[in-house]
Amino acid sequence: MSAKKMSFGQATLEAMQFAMDEDPSIVVVGQDISWGGNFGQFRGLIDRYGPERVVDMPISESLIVALSVGASVAGLRIVASMSFVEFTLGAMDEIVNQAAKFRYMFGGQVSVPIVLRASDGIRGSSGAQHSSSLEGMFCNVPGIKIVAPSNGNDAKGLLRSAIADPDPVIYFEHKKITGQRAPVEEGDFTVPLGRARVVSEGSDLTIVSYSNMLNHALTAARIIADEDGSSVEVIDLRSIVPLDINTVAESASKTGKVLVAHESWVMGGFGAEVMAQIYETLPHRQDLRVFRMGSKTAPIPFSPQLESAVVPGVSDLVFEIRRILAE
Amino acid sequence: MSSPIRNSSHARHLLRKMQVIRSFETRVERLFKEGHLPGFVHSCAGQEATAVGVCDLLTPSDYITSTHRGHGHAIAKGVNPAAMFAELYGRETGVCRGRGGSMHVADFSVGMLGANGIVGGGFGIATGAAFAIKYQRRSDVAVCFFGDGAVNKGTFHESLNFAGVHRIPVIFVCENNRYAQFTAASRTTAVDDIAVRAAGYGVVGETLNGNELLSVLLSTDRAIKRARSGEGATLLNMYTYRFSGHYVGDAEEYRPKDEVTSSRDERDPIAIFVSYLTTEGLLSRSEIGEIFLEVEDELDRAHSFAVESPPPDPSTALDGVWTTGGPA
Repeated sequence: MSAKKMSFGQATLEAMQFAMDEDPSIVVVGQDISWGGNFGQFRGLIDRYGPERVVDMPISESLIVALSVGASVAGLRIVASMSFVEFTLGAMDEIVNQAAKFRYMFGGQVSVPIVLRASDGIRGSSGAQHSSSLEGMFCNVPGIKIVAPSNGNDAKGLLRSAIADPDPVIYFEHKKITGQRAPVEEGDFTVPLGRARVVSEGSDLTIVSYSNMLNHALTAARIIADEDGSSVEVIDLRSIVPLDINTVAESASKTGKVLVAHESWVMGGFGAEVMAQIYETLPHRQDLRVFRMGSKTAPIPFSPQLESAVVPGVSDLVFEIRRILAE
Repeated sequence: MSSPIRNSSHARHLLRKMQVIRSFETRVERLFKEGHLPGFVHSCAGQEATAVGVCDLLTPSDYITSTHRGHGHAIAKGVNPAAMFAELYGRETGVCRGRGGSMHVADFSVGMLGANGIVGGGFGIATGAAFAIKYQRRSDVAVCFFGDGAVNKGTFHESLNFAGVHRIPVIFVCENNRYAQFTAASRTTAVDDIAVRAAGYGVVGETLNGNELLSVLLSTDRAIKRARSGEGATLLNMYTYRFSGHYVGDAEEYRPKDEVTSSRDERDPIAIFVSYLTTEGLLSRSEIGEIFLEVEDELDRAHSFAVESPPPDPSTALDGVWTTGGPA
């Protein structure tokens, strides 16, 4: 199949267009949406679909989510731009108490087909309130699905799946890579939710990651291969919920050493969940060693020097991989 | 002004609905106090006219959202009382298969988008449903029932604003029983008449006596006509009163006893309607007595259905969290 170079954001735009061309019940809502959104991921949709399907919302986060829930049970499919992930917190009640619970609490009478797109992650000195990754918070809530693509190709395929999915999906798009250009498959395709991908094979250690930390992991794996001659397997989870623990466990079983790496906080974070599930899936592997890496327990600081002291990067990964391999 | 009651058959229907709600709530209060019902319950006895009056003007394809005090709304919108009793008992035959309970009664097949245990939770959902109606070019409306305690939630303001901007067919019905849980509205709400808040959002506001079924019918009819003809949203402030506490078993230290007594004795919406019916000659005392007996019979059967129904199979406890996939 042929590929075309485009940004992560443009890849999501293509997915939106395939979905919206196919299904007139899809409506996009969000702040500044007719201007393209904060990172241009929605640019041009207003011209193609008009203000009835691309709706500028007031800065009313709880309304954006509750409206999405209400409209979806009345027959629409809503893609809501939440802008920065921190703003989803203004709608936490609606996400946790309404969107996530509607189906189960009402005895399976309805589905809630909504996608909440939220820009997350570290972009560099965005400050404490515009730098978080909150998947750990949301994965604790039954009823929602969560994806966090690391590249444009997955961004396109996962968004297509997320919009087609009957359940609420939180779609995290990392700010640092939204503008990054890379080859993306042309045409319409999906990447299924809940399916991890082994991005590069290896035999000495497994790194499990997602979103932009996955890109750091790939760089770290190359450095380890070039400088140390060790072989690191890198798995891109792509979906947080459902979690493809089988692909992870298969790799863990092979390498015996796993590092789970993410940009969000370590404390109470998603890495702990992955670690626990690896051990639970492979209870007889007494030799198994599993570690985690993420941001240290502090609000993300503004100063670049402080920010990199809190948030792990490529050199931290390389250091940690070497430490584990030397055990 | 012509009466909103079309004929005796209409009158019978309205009275019957109100009495079903009253009898349902009376039974629920008793069953709960006797320890038969799990969890906890909120009774809407005393507020029947708002639910019945509003829902009488709705069709099955219109929507409502409801509150923690939502049994009356559900019955008025057409939810089967037997399936509601079963839900309150946590049975598989419950309207939500025993997964929801008293505060989460919903029946999407009749446009009842759920009672909601979160105060103010219904505003955005009704607004979203009305947004969908407009997008789909339907002539339906969405009604959001809420209490006076919800008017200081951000969702109230966010939703009224959006409804005003987009002129969507939504009607916000405040069942103003003057107490937010235990606290009198006068201590927490800056304006006495919350209908004045509508002006701030480009929405029409109106205040009325919610214990007078006729007033409810007349005001709601205006609001629905406005909504169906594309003129936008209305905020209806309907004063009413709950006969019981916030929840069943509430010690009610915050309400003067004589206020409660006079409400039951002098402002009972069913008694007010009965008096109107007999004065106007729409129904006789004996016809009304028959209706009440029929209701008791219906609810006896509804209750029996519930207690004879099986509980859900524990092996199904994780079913349906997600529509597709999801962790095991």
